[in-house]
Amino acid sequence: MSSPAATVAIDHHHDHTTSTGIPNKKLLLWAFLASDCMFFGTLISTHLIYRLHPVPGGPDPRHIFSIELTSFSTFILLMSSLMMALAVNAIQKGNVRSMRASLLTTAFFGAIFVGCQVYEFHHFVMEKHLTISNSLFGSTFYTLTGTHGIHVSIGILWLMSMYFFSFKKGFSERNAVDVDSMGLYWHFVDIVWIVIFTAVYLLEFI
Amino acid sequence: MDATVKSHFIGQDAGHAGTKGLVLWRPTAKTGLMSWLTTVDHKRIALLYGLFAIFFLFVGGTEALLIRLQLAVPNNTVLTAHQYNTMFTMHGTTMIFLAIMPLNSAFFNFIMPLQIGARDVAFPRLNAFSLWTFVAGAIILNLGWFMKDGAPDAGWFGYAPLTSKMYNPDHSIDMWVMGLQILGISSVAGSLNFIVTIINLRAPGMTMMRLPVFTWMTLITSFLIVLAFPAITIALVELMMDRLFATNFFEASNGGMPILWQHLFWVFGHPEVYILILPAFGMISEIMPTFSRKPLFGYPVVVFSGAAIGFLGFTVWSHHMFTTGMGTVATAAFALATMAIAVPTGVKIFNWIGTMWGGHIRMRLPMLFALGFIWMFMIGGFSGVMHAAAPADAQQQDSYFVIAHFHYVLIGGSLFAMLGGLCYWFPLVFGRQMSERWGRIAFWIIFAGFNVTFFPMHFLGLNGMPRRTFTYDGNLGWNTPNLISSCGAFFLGLGIAIFFITFVYGMLKGAKAPRDAWDARTLEWSLPNPVPEYNYAVIPTVHARDALWYQKHHADEIRQEEEAHAKEEDAHGGIHMPFQSFYPFVATVGIFIASWGIAVTDHSSNPAFWTPKVTVTIVGGAIMLLGFYLWSLEGADGYHIHVKEEKKSHS
Ligand code: HEM
Ligand SMILES: [Cu+2]
Repeated sequence: MSSPAATVAIDHHHDHTTSTGIPNKKLLLWAFLASDCMFFGTLISTHLIYRLHPVPGGPDPRHIFSIELTSFSTFILLMSSLMMALAVNAIQKGNVRSMRASLLTTAFFGAIFVGCQVYEFHHFVMEKHLTISNSLFGSTFYTLTGTHGIHVSIGILWLMSMYFFSFKKGFSERNAVDVDSMGLYWHFVDIVWIVIFTAVYLLEFI
Repeated sequence: MDATVKSHFIGQDAGHAGTKGLVLWRPTAKTGLMSWLTTVDHKRIALLYGLFAIFFLFVGGTEALLIRLQLAVPNNTVLTAHQYNTMFTMHGTTMIFLAIMPLNSAFFNFIMPLQIGARDVAFPRLNAFSLWTFVAGAIILNLGWFMKDGAPDAGWFGYAPLTSKMYNPDHSIDMWVMGLQILGISSVAGSLNFIVTIINLRAPGMTMMRLPVFTWMTLITSFLIVLAFPAITIALVELMMDRLFATNFFEASNGGMPILWQHLFWVFGHPEVYILILPAFGMISEIMPTFSRKPLFGYPVVVFSGAAIGFLGFTVWSHHMFTTGMGTVATAAFALATMAIAVPTGVKIFNWIGTMWGGHIRMRLPMLFALGFIWMFMIGGFSGVMHAAAPADAQQQDSYFVIAHFHYVLIGGSLFAMLGGLCYWFPLVFGRQMSERWGRIAFWIIFAGFNVTFFPMHFLGLNGMPRRTFTYDGNLGWNTPNLISSCGAFFLGLGIAIFFITFVYGMLKGAKAPRDAWDARTLEWSLPNPVPEYNYAVIPTVHARDALWYQKHHADEIRQEEEAHAKEEDAHGGIHMPFQSFYPFVATVGIFIASWGIAVTDHSSNPAFWTPKVTVTIVGGAIMLLGFYLWSLEGADGYHIHVKEEKKSHS
């Protein structure tokens, strides 16, 4: 039906006649996100289980985390979700220009978040001497937050592809489902971050 | 496929104007190697899945026979201890991930879209991608046979710390990890596709409670795969991090807990056994009504018990860990949950028996396998409930009793059902009949061989013979049962060989099968055989649960409806078919190279030696991304086939 989206796995020549009325692409994404829930669930469980059985003499996260910076980056990520919602809204009304602006802002906020994470990792390794291999805490922390960072980065790539794609002739509200699906992914990644932020960072301070 | 098919590129209306400028080469070959590498037709993909799965069934079978050869007599030296370890590891991994699961995928791919009246799966190229990633994962897994490091040797369950760098420094485990990881991608991608297909692409009138049971089980299995595989994906990621970057997930000396591996593995592993058996339940539920000439007894109960099994499957993983000292409360809880699973399972057996009750049973080949299935699966279920009693399991764990249990459910259950399924859908797929006579000979040899092989293992287990032991002493009283078991294994192998020889012969030379060869009840049998590329010339409208049965008895009404629909579809410009595509294959080649880089290329703690590893991985990753990108850019367009011309060429 509509044009190719800048994402893998989007064949939807049946979209006009689905049994449920939900576009195939969106349903695919919902099912994928269910799978991703289990994926992050397992990583977060691993981290929490090991926090419940800490190694004596291991690093103390309270001395490592800089909660101000992480709160800031969390806030930025939340704002990016807002921008994403605006982008979807714009394209549904056929306003491609406004959608592009919101997409770019979303990607930009995402990039700030990843930038903060890169800084954080660098800082933890260099100043706080927490590496991925020198403690169990480091292993689970970097693996979990790193995996999330990769998810955000993939999201940014996707956003940028969609941005460039929107300049092709014929891009219109008919592509709303493409943008909407991408938005689902982006919101999901944000929600996961809130869980991670709570379980990994905030819980340490209570 | 069809010489008469007139196809053309669809006109690019305003909305598609951009696509033209992309100059991407669309493969159009309908025959030859290229057509198979670029195919997006669910039926061809199914045939390829089947071909590879049967190949690996024989690979896994050969490994099994070597195991039984080694254990035939005490103090045998056909295999060394290490070779024995690689044999049982690769046997288990191969049978589960490279034989039974892909054979199920072959059935899902071929039958499910036909049963729901769809023209293809929802994402045809994603489907091709699942197929090729399966092949790539299979190659990576088996690469070790051709390398000096050897094949994986830490068991199909890969328990920590056997898989750690310290105990297993060579590349065999890396290959196991990457191979399974790619197979996971393949299975999840395939399952997402099936979920969307079943939920969204049903023919008009095909409500959820009219879905054929096989399609229902496909749906439930797909959900299990999508929800269970992430657990093992993460476990494997953590293991890989331990091996590559010296993290501490399973490293006891730094606080890691090897028991965590067992939890993560079985959170996946127990649902996995239902991933292997639910499709079998589906097949039996198709065969029973057809050959009993009665509708399935208690359809809603069969569907809901399937869902209940799927759900409970996630709650019982720790019954594989009764002997790890979880504490009495956890042990009791998991024992109870496990016993609860036997209830919906038993219910299904009663449904099948109820279907036969008072029916006009025709004892054809598929029915024979279905009956064999019920009998064998029941024995496996009984020993399962015996394990569920934790105190008994403390004795049975890691003994041949467990081996007997899971082979009764996996061979007697899954494989028997699938052999039955192969015979059942044979006329639809190949347009010919399998030899009933040779099929029966194969059935009885397999049935006898299987029981002779595995029944004695119950006694061996209860007499204390441990599993995963490469040989045993001559005066423990295990000699005779072991010898009997080994003889049975070769007999079983013979039976399987006869089955597939009959199968191939039937494919090439069998008697031509009429349409609807078994006088069946579900929609797929309304199609001519072999099934045309577009499946349904006119999408059927469904009025009842046994859709075809209804059609056969309301012929006039159906004819009128079809004519109305044909007009409608023609007004839409005919049947929309997706283009073939190179890119699923290209992306897979990238994934293959990248995982080669991670698993096989050498590295050491000296950073300079990391270069080749990183280079190969990045090259592979780049090819993968390129594949995905071109895939998305080429778009999901297709061409049209016109029904009228088609109908003429088929009637
Ligand atoms: C009535 C239903 C079933 C029950 C109550 C049951 C119970 C169990 C229990 C408690 C174990 C652990 C035994 C031990 O390791 O000591 C076990 C092992 C196993 N079961 Fe089942 N089971 C059932 C059905 C199935 C089915 C349908 C399959 C596969 C199609 C299956 C495949 C396996 C496998 C592969 C193992 C061994 C795994 C290993 O250690 O490598 N079971 N079963
Ligand atoms: Cu289990």
